[in-house]
Amino acid sequence: MSQKMKDASIPTIPLKARFSRWFGRNLLRIYMIFGFTYLFIPVAYTFAFSFNDSGKSNLIWKGFTLDNWKNPCGAPEVCNALGNSIKIGLLATIFSTILGTMIAFAIGRYKFKGRSSSNLLIFLPMATPEIVLGASLLSLFLAFKINPGFWPTVIAHVVFCVSFVVVTVKARIASLDPRLEQAAMDLYANELETFRKVTLPLVAPGIAGAALLAFSLSFDDFIITNFNSGTLITFPKFVYVSAARGIPAQANVIGSAMFFLALAIVIAGQLVKRKKTR
Amino acid sequence: MSKDPITARGDLRLTRITKSYGDFTAVDDLTLTIPKGSFFALLGPSGCGKTTTLRMVAGLEEPTVGSIHLGDTDITTTRPYQRPINTVFQNYALFPHLTIFENIAFGLRRRGIKDVKEQVDKVLNLVELPHLAERKPTQLSGGQQQRIALARAIVNRPALLLLDEPLGALDLKLRRQMQIELKWIQREVGLTFVHVTHDQEEAMTMADTIAVMNEGKIEQMGSPADLYDNPETAFVANFLGQSNLIKGKIDGNDGDNLVVDLYGQKISMPKKRSHAVDNSLYAGIRPEKFRISRLGTPVKGNTLTGGRIEDVSYIGVSTQYVVAMPWGQEVMVFEQNDDGVAPFDKGDEVNISWEPNFTFGLRGDEDIEAGTEVNPEELEEE
Repeated sequence: MSQKMKDASIPTIPLKARFSRWFGRNLLRIYMIFGFTYLFIPVAYTFAFSFNDSGKSNLIWKGFTLDNWKNPCGAPEVCNALGNSIKIGLLATIFSTILGTMIAFAIGRYKFKGRSSSNLLIFLPMATPEIVLGASLLSLFLAFKINPGFWPTVIAHVVFCVSFVVVTVKARIASLDPRLEQAAMDLYANELETFRKVTLPLVAPGIAGAALLAFSLSFDDFIITNFNSGTLITFPKFVYVSAARGIPAQANVIGSAMFFLALAIVIAGQLVKRKKTR
Repeated sequence: MSKDPITARGDLRLTRITKSYGDFTAVDDLTLTIPKGSFFALLGPSGCGKTTTLRMVAGLEEPTVGSIHLGDTDITTTRPYQRPINTVFQNYALFPHLTIFENIAFGLRRRGIKDVKEQVDKVLNLVELPHLAERKPTQLSGGQQQRIALARAIVNRPALLLLDEPLGALDLKLRRQMQIELKWIQREVGLTFVHVTHDQEEAMTMADTIAVMNEGKIEQMGSPADLYDNPETAFVANFLGQSNLIKGKIDGNDGDNLVVDLYGQKISMPKKRSHAVDNSLYAGIRPEKFRISRLGTPVKGNTLTGGRIEDVSYIGVSTQYVVAMPWGQEVMVFEQNDDGVAPFDKGDEVNISWEPNFTFGLRGDEDIEAGTEVNPEELEEE
């Protein structure tokens, strides 16, 4: 009885006000759900259609099968194209990471004549439209009597990957406390030991991130590759060419696999980081 | 130049060191000897050149002019890793990617020393943190990081240990505790410590010898008691504690004493405590050396009459008075609350008196505000 009376004495908040309060608190969350839906519907679609029992064309759902995943090389040329892309990607990553890291150290750590202009020029390949970069590189190769193919593609990829590596690694170097290197020198480490024992391990996460970025940029590239690869088939080129007659479901399998691999790397990275800081 | 490490031991001698950055002279013709085994403090406000001096000793900067000797070895241009000198950096600079054990072992491993584990364990015990060996620096509190930074330096048993504002990042209570601990560790390991600070209390608590620096030069060097009791410049008088500086004229001699005229009132002070160059001088008296008495009460020593109490602050162990003197100057007086005498009230007419031997004399052309406007709590930003 008394309980009830007490309840009645507490003023209730009108439903409308309660809803708008709830909405205000959750607006960001709702927005986020929409955002992620927008981003991931294409990925989900690709993943779903990797299980399509499609035959030649993978446009209409014809039934569930695991055959595509059991035999990803089933479609003609698909694994050859994938192999080329991985080879080009790895080589471009190695060269651009080494070159880019050295440039980042030069710009980030030393004062020299032309430092600020180098700093600016390094952004050019990032800012140039790919179609222009691709066409110019092709005419450059032809001018030097180099035929399009595997190595010209690798060189072209290094050109645009280097910029991204420099930017990523430079940010890491900038956040490095110079006193740590001074402390190493103070503790009997000469220049080389200081670099190996202190500088490099501290910059390494930035370099690793840059390498991953370089690989995914190279693996993904179509426009520049199309100009410079000649008859060589890469994975993006394969997908583009087959789009005319219908993309085989194996392309979806490889695309999905790449997505999950990237996701696994990111999650693993986060787990390692969390373990380290704990 | 040889890349071999230097094994020299002995006094550290800085000879006519100047360090300029463009037009700015950070250290100006500095000559200084730091005896082996001492706890030496370089004290001064931010921007006075003390950190630059320390960095030149560490080898992180090279002097523009001058030489640095350790014992008989010239180390002026040697690389930091060749010098038997280690530094405790201001923000510790522990390596974030290494465990505490590996941080401390870093210097030993670089020199290829064999019993790393034993030595690291020993020094971890000395700083009382053996249980933290496998942690990473970010998992430690500020006070713990400070001790590890100290351990990382002293494990190498350097000829010279440099401490750059080592306690600046700690809170007051922890700082007090670490002051005592550092002093104890210095005695325990018997190394030469050179300590850079802007905190006069810290310097006085820990150091045997203090060099007070201002604008790239040493103002005065001596034991804490020397500097406090007999400062030679207004900067030192004001930077270390508080001083009352009263303008006067030397009026004559009286044996070993000078007779000084302060606005018409005669006082006396020992000749050897005067740093005046002509007959104009500032008579300096520390606030706690003054005694206050009511008009008409007979007092010993120097007496200035005609004061009026302007302000009274009771702070427990002592009472602080501001006394307005007839010539318009306000002087500070600290009275111990130990004699049961009724405190004075605002507006009371009083005399102030003091023992003549406590007087110090400064040059009459000094800027008596020198060293007062520096906030000692201000963070070093060199």
